Amino acid sequence: MEHGSLNDPSKATFSFVDEDHTLANSVRFCLNQESVPFKLLPIALKKSLLLLCDELTRMRYCCSPRVSVCGYSIPHPSDARVNIRIQTTGDPAREVLKDGCQNLMLMCQHVRGALDKAVADFRMDNPTKMETKSDSE
Amino acid sequence: MNEKENKGGNNDEPNKKFSIWDLPDVPMGQLPPHLQLQKTRVVCKADAPIHTDNISYSGAYASIGVDNSVHLDLFRDNFKVNVIRLTKEDMEFDMIGIDPALANAFRRILISEVPTMAIEKVLIAYNTSVVQDEVLAHRLGLVPLKADPRLFEYLSANDTPNEKNTIVFKLHATCKRGERRTVYSEELKWLPKGSELIKEAGQADSKPTTYTSFTCSQDMLPEFSEDPISPSEDKIILAKLGSKQEIELEAHAVKGLGKTHAKWSPVATAWYRMLPEVLLLEDVEDEVAEELVRRCPDKVFDIEDIGHGKKRATVARPRDCRLCRECVRGEGWEERVELRRVKDHFIFTVESTGVLPPEVLFTEAVKILEEKCERVISELS
Repeated sequence: MEHGSLNDPSKATFSFVDEDHTLANSVRFCLNQESVPFKLLPIALKKSLLLLCDELTRMRYCCSPRVSVCGYSIPHPSDARVNIRIQTTGDPAREVLKDGCQNLMLMCQHVRGALDKAVADFRMDNPTKMETKSDSE
Repeated sequence: MNEKENKGGNNDEPNKKFSIWDLPDVPMGQLPPHLQLQKTRVVCKADAPIHTDNISYSGAYASIGVDNSVHLDLFRDNFKVNVIRLTKEDMEFDMIGIDPALANAFRRILISEVPTMAIEKVLIAYNTSVVQDEVLAHRLGLVPLKADPRLFEYLSANDTPNEKNTIVFKLHATCKRGERRTVYSEELKWLPKGSELIKEAGQADSKPTTYTSFTCSQDMLPEFSEDPISPSEDKIILAKLGSKQEIELEAHAVKGLGKTHAKWSPVATAWYRMLPEVLLLEDVEDEVAEELVRRCPDKVFDIEDIGHGKKRATVARPRDCRLCRECVRGEGWEERVELRRVKDHFIFTVESTGVLPPEVLFTEAVKILEEKCERVISELS
């Protein structure tokens, strides 16, 4: 995996080898969701929001997306390579990509936990169904 | 953002400009209903579906002041999994609150990137059956093996086959004179001590070696001593033998991914569909209701009596709808019935070939996506 970047760190293209739509589409989705959390807004803005607005309005004004362009392309299907293009609203593209991947990992862990819990609940509610090998439904 | 300054101005001193959000009947922070429909539902018209794209960009509705991002906490609160059916071989469950990108990633990983064991090399000592060597070897490769791939390592080109990366099977079948018989997969015998075929020695006086070098027997491991490795189905037909035909061979199984060859895919298949939603846009009564119930092959609609001998159609089982669109085909039906799909509610079905139970397979697939992300993060740091 390499990356190609210019003098401006907020715009970069990352080239992943041996990857395909599986990872690229998931990372693209997570990057699209990236936005500045309330804690990281400038202090003056935070103070004014806390004083003047209620919770609902404050949440609304938290929409400050970090990514302006995010997309991926596969240059040739025989080549196992994916190019992910990221253009941000100021932050270095590397950091945004790292945060996006981090978020994706946390989402996956949560999915796993939820599935395990759901399977355990199902088994508790249906102890006899586990014995049948084939389903007659 | 201008609105922010306005709001600040409003609370401090009376101002001529006002924010539209101050009006009492405008719901704050929410999308208007037509945009909400566009964002969360695919509407399936009679000719083609509309609103199929996913508006996932966090700033998509910034101009009307609505935050479209899904912070991790919001995801955690909204995400639900319900298991509908779980047997040893297949599983059907609902995932609610997840994006199609992730659902598709899990499906793709399940099909092609969860490793399994499958027969790769077949050493044929004797084959007088009508099934050619290569055809027999191909069939053997496709037999699913009940061996946990997490206990084995990959075998690369310059490794020697040993007990950590190879499983050895033997097949010796003969047919008596004047009879015919079928060779089933249950006749594949596991050899825990490794290969028994002797390699032709290069030098005359060197020790005879086999094709594998096992240092210890595989059934010493606790997982295999109680549950010996075997094909996951017994009655798979491998070959048919006629009178006095014989097959004697040894098969070596290694770990691989479905990406390389479909024999290494751990699922018969895995698929998902979005939850169907069927709406009756107007009251459908009497003969029209009867016709609607008759039209649907999946029995999605039901008739209920509303008194005075009148009948009305209701949607009883929207989940069974397979989107055949019979109910919206023809004149005037599109005004009565609307077919929709919920964009973030996926009904996943995983059919395992017997290698691992389906819930374990899905967990492995999620782990593999996490590993990919970890690799990306470590490369970037």
